[in-house]
Formats: sequence, structure tokens, C-alpha cells
Amino acid sequence: MPAQAVSRPGTDFAPGLVVSACINWNKPLEPGEPHIRFKAVTVRYGKRTALADFDLTINAGEALALLGPSGSGKTTILRALAGFTPIESGRIILKNADISSKSPQQRGFGIVVQNYAFFPHMSVADNVAFGLRARSVPRAEIQSVVAEYLTLVGMIDYAKCHPHELSGGQQQRIALARALAIRPDVLLMDEPLSALDAPLRREMLNELIRLHRQLPDLTMLFVTHDQSEALALADRVGLLREGRLLALDAPKNLYERPPNRFTAEFLGQTNLLKVEATAHPDGDGLVMVRLDSQTLMVKAPDGWDNRRNACWLCLRPHQVSLKPEGSEGARVNTLDCMVLAHEWKGSHYRVSVEVEGQPLHLEANVGLTPPQAGTRAALFFSPAAAWLLPRESSEGGESSGAGEARKAKEN
Amino acid sequence: MPLPERLVRETLTGLKRIAWAAPPLVVLVGIFFFPLSELVGQVLGGGANFFDVLRTPIFLSALGHTLQIGVLSTLGCLALGSVLAVLLTFAPFPGATVVSRFIDVFLAYPSFLVALSLTFIYGAAGVVNDSLMQLFHLHEPPLNFLYTTTGVVLAETTFYTPFVMRPLLAAFSMIERSQIEVALCLGANQRQVLREIIMPAALPALLAGSSLCLMLTLNEFGIIFYLGAKGVITLPMLIYGKAIQEFNYPLACTIAVVSIALSLCLYGLYLAASRRLGKGNAVSL
Repeated sequence: MPAQAVSRPGTDFAPGLVVSACINWNKPLEPGEPHIRFKAVTVRYGKRTALADFDLTINAGEALALLGPSGSGKTTILRALAGFTPIESGRIILKNADISSKSPQQRGFGIVVQNYAFFPHMSVADNVAFGLRARSVPRAEIQSVVAEYLTLVGMIDYAKCHPHELSGGQQQRIALARALAIRPDVLLMDEPLSALDAPLRREMLNELIRLHRQLPDLTMLFVTHDQSEALALADRVGLLREGRLLALDAPKNLYERPPNRFTAEFLGQTNLLKVEATAHPDGDGLVMVRLDSQTLMVKAPDGWDNRRNACWLCLRPHQVSLKPEGSEGARVNTLDCMVLAHEWKGSHYRVSVEVEGQPLHLEANVGLTPPQAGTRAALFFSPAAAWLLPRESSEGGESSGAGEARKAKEN
Repeated sequence: MPLPERLVRETLTGLKRIAWAAPPLVVLVGIFFFPLSELVGQVLGGGANFFDVLRTPIFLSALGHTLQIGVLSTLGCLALGSVLAVLLTFAPFPGATVVSRFIDVFLAYPSFLVALSLTFIYGAAGVVNDSLMQLFHLHEPPLNFLYTTTGVVLAETTFYTPFVMRPLLAAFSMIERSQIEVALCLGANQRQVLREIIMPAALPALLAGSSLCLMLTLNEFGIIFYLGAKGVITLPMLIYGKAIQEFNYPLACTIAVVSIALSLCLYGLYLAASRRLGKGNAVSL
């Protein structure tokens, strides 16, 4: 199927006209215009606060991923938006209407949940048609819309099957078709790929990316704890912890320039080295930092507060290189290190070293012979590859924060 | 292994199996098959002509009453049981758990206790009649339905409703909440969710509960006997009358055989229906 934008099938059918109680479906939004806004939303489960004064704007046509460890509040946000979980205070605005007190059926969102929640006594076609029947769409129209969406997800040949007769990937496609058949403006997905095995997950991730390209006016909010899904699919990623939004940006920005330590450690592998900034950024935006006795040049973040000297030097393992033995010439940001261990990972060696008493991991090319444990080596990195993060005086060494994010990722 | 040794081992294994099976078989034959064969023997022995009995007005009337009371009570149990089970599961009210536990206890009650409690409420000297007589200065109790078919149906509905509710509550608890949430999100209202998601999922349980209920109400004796409803003669009451009061055992046995056949037919129908339903509900919820 060509991966190009398609008009939403069946433009003569407008759910908003059929279900008068629904939100105004037909008013089109320009891409990038605010579509959904959470305004100071608080959700409590008994005495436990799941969301506290939560603010978030999701723009029309964007795919926004909510990423975070278990219990961070990401599913609560999705459930509050869908109308399943009542909010204690604040407002949820859809287009310009306050939907905080609307029932789920009045909100008119498409939804895909983790276990798909098929209606087991119904065939695939009946499952996809369910939302249309609920909205009293004429029978003849239902048949054509069902056929259209089953074709969109490549499952038209399975219309008469029952969901339990299909594989995990096929079920995922049917769940998508069912959610999209009511032609929602907003598609909610709660861990949509977590029930699949790794190869199928990759395949379905590509399917979702294709779908997002094909339906550019569809706003997607999806919840995941898998950072690779979020980075691949989302236009923006929101990183949550304990009911608070810690970061919200494009995946590339969050990965390369994380705004805080938790984000740096949650998204991908990272090294955090305790350094002291020693000077103001120069004309090229480079700031001089000291790692114990060694001096390094690092690109300063925009608006770098140079009054705070203590900071973290954030380095991704693949951005640090080992200096080949016998190579001459001085390189900027070259550090002596002690090799602790190396581990073959297939595509690279993961080398563990110690720099000025601080642990650091790097990825070495499999074409090179890795240095042996117990030997000394030199490593280097580009000033633009590193990133500085403020460090609170209360923050200790590697064990505290790194452990927290690692635990969160494992969850 | 040499052949004789193998034969000895197989014989010993066979004997062990027989030894395990013998005690339950003896008990089953003693308390079930022997009395049943005696019953059928009485009918075949020709004390009463089987087909002549089937044509007698008293038998036909009893059969009619039995079916009428059984079907009406089952429908009552289905309606009341479904509503209560839906409320307890999907709209739990304060004290719903206590009610649910009470239903479990209720299943263990003897049926005549229900008849007794209804007599206290609706009987000639019951609370309702007494209040109405005092309120409107009446000389006769205004409500006298308790000793009619209506009273029997009310009592049997009250007693047998938990038999429908218990499997329904179990089936409802198996329905994933996410199915209901997805249905609501797709635009279904609560009535549609109940009709299209919840009840189809609970259909096998509904069928099992109602079949059990129908079989039990067709054979109900205690409630009718205790209420003493005049003119409400069902098959069990007729068997009792013929055997105990008239000592006409051959006729009582003939009617009993018809009653057993009726129950077996219903059980067969239930099995056929559940197999048919099972094909469409192969996915466990």
C-alpha cells in the first residue's frame, strides 16, 4: 500500500451528525493547532495522587507518546482523557469544548487497549462494525465502512473469522480497524504493542508509522513503557514520573539534549560524569569543564546557568571512542582511562572503563581488538556530543540517580 | 518382558481398577439404579396401563400445572436473577457484598422456609393482610393469592432466583472491564453494552442457571405441600397423593416415570443448546 496521506474513508458519513450528543466532530483543525488540553488536572485514587496539576497540550495531527515507568501516571492520563477515570479538579479541553464531565461515548475517541478487548462472540467484521452500529449508522453504510477499514489494515480476507482465530499481529490490526472505523479525531492507544513478541512488535511499529503518515489529521496519544516505540513513532514524547511531566519534546531533542538527569538516564544508555564548569561559554558556545585534573571543552546548552559550577557531563556510549593504539596527534577531550571489562554485543563491544575514579561505558567497533581489562587506554569525544546538566549539591554519585532511572526502565 | 509375567501384571492392574470402581458402583446401584429399576418394573408389570394413565384428566391437569408453574417460575427467576446479578456486579450499591454472601447462604435453605416466610407476609393472618384489614376496616383478608398458582410461582421464584444468580455472577465477573470500556468509547450506551456485550458473554451461564431452575421447579414438592394451595396439583403432588394417601403405587410409579422422562428430556435439551452455544463462544472470557 502506498505510504501517502489518504482522505479519511467515507466522507459522507459524519458520526457527529448521527450522535447529536457527541462533541463537534466536523470542525476541522489545522495541523499544529491545539486539539486536546489538560489544564491543572488532578486525579486521585483514594488517598494516592496519580496526577497532580497536570498540564499538557496535544496538537492536531500529532502523535504524542507518554513514556514513563510503572505508576508514573501515563495510563491515568489516557483513562482520564477517555472518560474512564473521573478527574478531581482541572479541565480537559477538546478543541474548545470542556469534556471533563462528558461520558466516554460522548467524547467519541477511538481506542486500542493492551489486550485489544475484542468482543469474543462477534466476528472480526462485527467487532469493527460495533462502533458504527452503536451510532445507528445505516446498515449498508456499515458494510462499506467495515470493508474500507479492514482493507486499510490489510485484513479484509479475515472478516468472517473470530478474533481468537487470529495471530497477535492480526488481532492488533483488527483492534486498529475497530478504533478507526468510527472515524475519530483522536486515537488513544494504551500499550498497543506490549502483547506482541519482539519481531512482531517491530513489524507492527512500522505499520503504525505508516498509518500515522496515511492519516495525517488523526491525533494520536499513546502510552508505552518502551522507549524505542516512543522514539520511533511519536512526534513528541512526554516523560512522566510520579504523576508529573518531567520532559516534553521531539524524541531527537530529548535524546540528544535531555532537560534533566532522569530523562537522560531513562532514554537510552548514558554516562553521567561529575564535572565542574570553570568558565563562561566562549564565542563558539563552548564551556570549559574540569573532570578532576583533566580539562574538557563541551558545547554549552542554550541559557546555560554558569553560576552553578557543579554539573553532570552527559555522554552517550556510542558517542565516546577509543583512541587507537599508536595513533599520534592531540585530540580535544581526550581522557586517560583504566579498562575494567569488555563484552561482545554482536554489533559492537561494550567496554567498561574508569575515568578519574568514575565509571563510564562506551561502544567500540567490532572491527577493532578491544583493550584488555586492567590495561590503560585513551578515549575521546566531540564537544558537540556531550551535554551538560545541572547537578544539585544533594545529588551523590552514580548510584543514586542512575539506579532510580534504571529501576524505572526495568519496571 | 516374558509373556506370563506381563499377563500377571496386566491382570493385577485390571483387578486394581475394578477394586477402585466397585465401592462407588455398589453405592450407585443400591441407592439409585435399584429403586429406579423397581419403579420402572412396577410400570412394566402392568399395575396401571401406561398410556391410559397419560390420557386421564387428572394426569393432564397435573402435567399442565407442573409445566405452567415450572415455566413461569423459571421466567420469574431469570428476570429477577438477571437484574439483581447485573446490579450487584456493574452497579454495586452499599451492602452489595452482604447481599451477594446472603445469596450463597440462601442456596442452603430448605424450600419450605420460603413458603413459611411468605405465609407470614401474605398469608390470611400475615402482616400485609392484617395491615390492610386494619387500615380499610375490612372483615376478610383482601389478598388471598398465596394459596393459588400465583402464590406458588411467587414462592418458587423467590426460592430459586439464587440458582440463576450464582452462575450469572460468576460469568459477569469473568467479563473483562476493558471490553465494556472499549464499547462505551466506541459510542455504545449502557443498554447496548448490556445487550450486545454482557448478556451474550453470560448466555451459557444463563442457560445453565435457567435449565437447573426449570428442572428443580418441575419437581418442586415442599413449597406446594407447605402452602397447601388447593387446586394446584402438580406431578410430584399427584405422586404423593396416589402413593401415600391412596396406596396406588402402580399409578404413582407410572406418573413418576413420566416425571423422570420429562426431566431427562429437559436435560437433553440443555446439553444440545449448550453445545450449540459453545460453538459460538469458543473463546473463554
